Amino acid sequence: MAGEMLLDVQNLTVQFRGDAGWTSAVENVSFQVGERECLGLVGESGSGKSVTALSILGLHARRTARIPSGVIAYRGQDILRLPTRALRKLRGGEIAMVFQDPMSTLNPVLTIADQITETLILHQSLSAAAARQQAQRLLDMVRIPDAARRLDEYPHRLSGGMRQRVVIAMAIACRPKLLIADEPTTALDVTIQAQILELLRDLQDELGMSVLLISHDLGVIAEFAHRVMVMYAGRTVETAPVRALFERPVHPYTIGLLAAAPRLELDTDRLPTIAGSIPDPASIVPGCRYSPRCDVALESCRNLPPAMGSAEPGHLARCPPRLAALGFAA
Amino acid sequence: MTLHPLLRRLVRAIPIILIVAVLTFMLMHLLPGDPAAVIAGSDASVEAVDRIRVQLGLDKPVVTQLVLWFVRLAHGDLGTSLVLDQTVLSAVMERLPVTASLSAVALAITVPFGVAFGVLAAYFRGTWIDQGVMMLALLGVSVPSFWIAILSVILFSVTLGWLPSSGYVPMDQGVGQWLAALIQPASVLALFQIGFLARMTRSAMLDVLDQDFIRTARAKGVSEWRTILKHGFRNTLIPVVTVTGIILSLLIGGSVIIEQVFALPGIGRLVVQGILARDYPLVQGVMLLFGITFVVLNLLVDVLYTMVDPRVRNE
Amino acid sequence: MSDVAALPIREFARPRRRFRTLRKLVAHRSFLFGATVMVLLTAAAMAAPLLTHIDPTAMQVRFRLRPPSAAFPFGTDAFGRDVFTRVLYGAKLSLWIGLSVALLSGAGGAAVGVVGAQFRRLDPLLMRVMDALMAFPAILLAIGLGAALGPSPSSVIIALAVAYLPRTARLVRASALVIRELEYVEAARVSGAGNLRIIWKHILPNCMGPLLVQLSFVFAYAILADAALSFLGIGTPPPAPSWGNIVSEGRDYAVEAWWIMLFPGLAISIATLGMNLLGDGLRDVLDPRLKVEG
Repeated sequence: MAGEMLLDVQNLTVQFRGDAGWTSAVENVSFQVGERECLGLVGESGSGKSVTALSILGLHARRTARIPSGVIAYRGQDILRLPTRALRKLRGGEIAMVFQDPMSTLNPVLTIADQITETLILHQSLSAAAARQQAQRLLDMVRIPDAARRLDEYPHRLSGGMRQRVVIAMAIACRPKLLIADEPTTALDVTIQAQILELLRDLQDELGMSVLLISHDLGVIAEFAHRVMVMYAGRTVETAPVRALFERPVHPYTIGLLAAAPRLELDTDRLPTIAGSIPDPASIVPGCRYSPRCDVALESCRNLPPAMGSAEPGHLARCPPRLAALGFAA
Repeated sequence: MTLHPLLRRLVRAIPIILIVAVLTFMLMHLLPGDPAAVIAGSDASVEAVDRIRVQLGLDKPVVTQLVLWFVRLAHGDLGTSLVLDQTVLSAVMERLPVTASLSAVALAITVPFGVAFGVLAAYFRGTWIDQGVMMLALLGVSVPSFWIAILSVILFSVTLGWLPSSGYVPMDQGVGQWLAALIQPASVLALFQIGFLARMTRSAMLDVLDQDFIRTARAKGVSEWRTILKHGFRNTLIPVVTVTGIILSLLIGGSVIIEQVFALPGIGRLVVQGILARDYPLVQGVMLLFGITFVVLNLLVDVLYTMVDPRVRNE
Repeated sequence: MSDVAALPIREFARPRRRFRTLRKLVAHRSFLFGATVMVLLTAAAMAAPLLTHIDPTAMQVRFRLRPPSAAFPFGTDAFGRDVFTRVLYGAKLSLWIGLSVALLSGAGGAAVGVVGAQFRRLDPLLMRVMDALMAFPAILLAIGLGAALGPSPSSVIIALAVAYLPRTARLVRASALVIRELEYVEAARVSGAGNLRIIWKHILPNCMGPLLVQLSFVFAYAILADAALSFLGIGTPPPAPSWGNIVSEGRDYAVEAWWIMLFPGLAISIATLGMNLLGDGLRDVLDPRLKVEG
C-alpha cells in the first residue's frame, strides 16, 4: 500500500490460556492503517476482531494472554516491545479506544468531568481548571447539550447514546492519531446508531484521525470504512477497498456475510443465513477454517491451509478455488 | 407509595426491634423449670423464691408480663439488676465507655490493615502475598480469640513487659494510658477481623477489576496502581462499607470474650458476670440494648452505603 | 407414568455424577487435608478409652502441674489431672457438639427456609424474626441463649443451633425461591404434586449442595463458639472436660504451667481449621459459583 502507514501490523498471533494449554484466538494477521484512513474490521463474534484491537493497546491480561509472534508498528516503533511507561503514553494520548457497551465502560462512581479530565491531566499536564474547561469543550464537540451541567453528573444519569458520546469525548480528548472503535454502535438503538456514526465520521475529518472500526455490521462498515478486512476464526480471509469488497467479493465467507446482511430496499421476510457456526478455536480443522461451512470447498481446502491470493490491486482473498474460478492465479 | 430508600429502611427496622424485644423477653422464660427458683438459687428458701417471683412479675400470666415488658420499655425502663444496686441502664452507661473504646480502637486497627491487605492480595493475585492474606483469613476463623489473647499476654505483658495485662484507664486520665491499656486487647480483637475484611476487599476488588471501565481506564493510559486505587477502589468501597458494618458488630460481639481475658470492666464483662450470678433482668436488659444497637448499626451502614454509591444517592 | 420413565435415568446418572464429585473432592488439596484431620480427630476421640487408661476427671494431687513427659504427654493440671486425657475426652464432646449443631441448625434452617419460600403468607414474619436473630453476632446470641438455658452441653447445642439457624434458613429460602420457579417444578405442580412432595422431591435435593457447604462451616464455627462459651463459664460445666473449660482453668497457670492451656487451644485450632478446610473444598466442588478465585 502506498502512502504513509500509521499502523502496520505484521503476522500478529494472540493466544489465550485455556484448559488444554494455549490456543490461538488470532493467527498471523497482518494489516495496515494509513493516515486519515478508516479500516473496517468485519467478522462474526469470536472471529478475533476485538482481540486484535486490544492487542494494539496491549490491553490483554498478562496472566491469560500472550503474543508469541508478530509486530505492531505504530509510526515505525513496535508497540509490543515498548516499555510500559512508553506504552501508557501512547494509550489515550496517541491511540484511543471507544468500546462497545457505554453502560459499562464508564466508571459509575466518578463524574463525567473526573473521567474526561483524567486523560487531559495525565497526557497534557493541564491544570484541573484548564482540564475542566477543555472537558466542557469536548462535550460540546460530541454534541452533548447543556455540557456545563452534564460535567458534574454521574454516568447513570445519562442515556446510552449520551454515554457513548462521553466515551468518545474521552477518547478524542488528547487528539489521538488513531482511534480504535470496537463495535461503537452495537449496543445502541438504531436511530442513535446513525447519529453516533455521523459524529465519528465528522470527528475523523475534523481531527484528521485514522480509525480502526470494528463491526459485525456491514452497513456500518460500508458507510464509514475506506478499506475492509474480513476475519474468520482468527484469520484474515479477505481484504479489499470497500467498493471492491461489496461489489466483487471473492471469499465464500464474505459472500455469505453480504447475503446475510439485511438490505433496506429489499423487502424480504427471510434473510439467508450461513449454515453452521464459527468453530471453537481449540477444535479447528487443519485446512481452511471455513471449509466445514463452505459450499465450494474442495478436498484440498480441508487439509491444506490456504494462502492469500490477489484478485486485483489491494484486493486479497484466502480462497484459491474461488480465485482460480474467477481467473486469478492463486 | 414512594418512600425515600432510607426512610423505607427505617420503617423496616421498627418491626425488627419489636421482635428483638419479644425475643429478649422470652429469654427468661426459656429457663428450664420455675424461673424464680432458678434465679433465687438452689439453696433459697420458699419465701425468697416467692419474693423474686413477685418482684419480677413472674406470678402474672405470660401475656400480661409481655405487655408490662413493653409498657416498661416504652417508659425507658430496662429493668433493675438483682445483684448490683443499679438499674440496667445506669449499669450499662457506666461501662459503655470501655466497650465503645475497645471496639473503636479495634475498628481503627482493622479497617486500614484489612483494606490494605485486601488490595495487595488482589493486586498480587496468586502470589505468596495473596496466599498469606488468605491464610490470615483462614486462621481468623479457626483459632480461638481467648487463647490468642492469653498467649499474647504471656508474650507482651509477662515476658516482654511492654503492655499492661489487664485493666482499663479512662481517657480523661490521659490518652496515652488509655491507649496503652487498650492496644493489646484491641489488637487481638482486630487480628480476627483483619483477615475477614481483607478477604472481602480482595474479592470485591477482583470483581471490580474485571469490569469494562477498568479496561477503559487502562486504555486511557492510567497507570496500574492508579487504576486500582482510583477506579477500582472507589467501587470496592461500596461492598467494603457493608462488610465494615458487619465487622463492627463482630468486634462488639468479640469484645465480650476479650473483656473477660483482659479484665476490662465493659458491657461484655457485665453480661457474663450477670449470667454467672443468675442476674436475669440484667442479662435481659443488656441483650435488648445490644440488639437495638446492632439494628441501628445496620441502619447506619445503609446510610453510609448511600453516601458512597452515587447511583443510590441520587435516586 | 412419568416417574417410571424417569427411573432408569436416575439410576444410571446419579451414581456417576456422585463419583465425579467424589473424585473432584479427593483431588482437592485442602479438602483432603481437612478431611484427614477430621477423620483422625474423630478416630482419636472415639478411641479415647483405648488411647489412655486414665480417668479424665481423676485427680492425682501428688502429680499436679507436671510438665509434659512420657507419662503425661501434655503435662498435668492444677489438680494433677492428665491434660492429654482431658483433651482427648474434650475432643469427643467438641466434635459431638459441632456435629449436632450443624445437623440441628441445618434441619431447622431448612424447615424455616422452605416454609418461607412455599408459604408466602408466613414468609414476612419468619424473615423478620430471622433478621432480628441475625442482628446479633452469633456468639452473642449464643451467650444469651446459653445463659437462659443453663450450663450444659445440650443447652450449648440448642443455643448455637438457634444462633446459626437464620443464615441457613436464608440460604435454603433463596435456593428454594429459585428452584420453585424452574420449569420442571412448575410442571410437577401443574400435574398435581402437593407442596410437601415438591419440597421433598425437588426443592430439598436441589439445595443440598450449598446447604452442605454451609453446614460444614457451621460445624467449624460451633467448635470455636462452644470453646468460647465454656471458656466464659456458660458452656459445659467442670469437672467434665471440654476444650474451652480446660483453657479457662489453665489460664491462671498460663505462665508457670503453659501446657494446660496450650494443648487444648491447639486442639480447638486444629479441629476448626480442619473443618474450615473441608468446607472450603466442599464449596469449591459443590457450589462453584462461590469459588474464591485464586
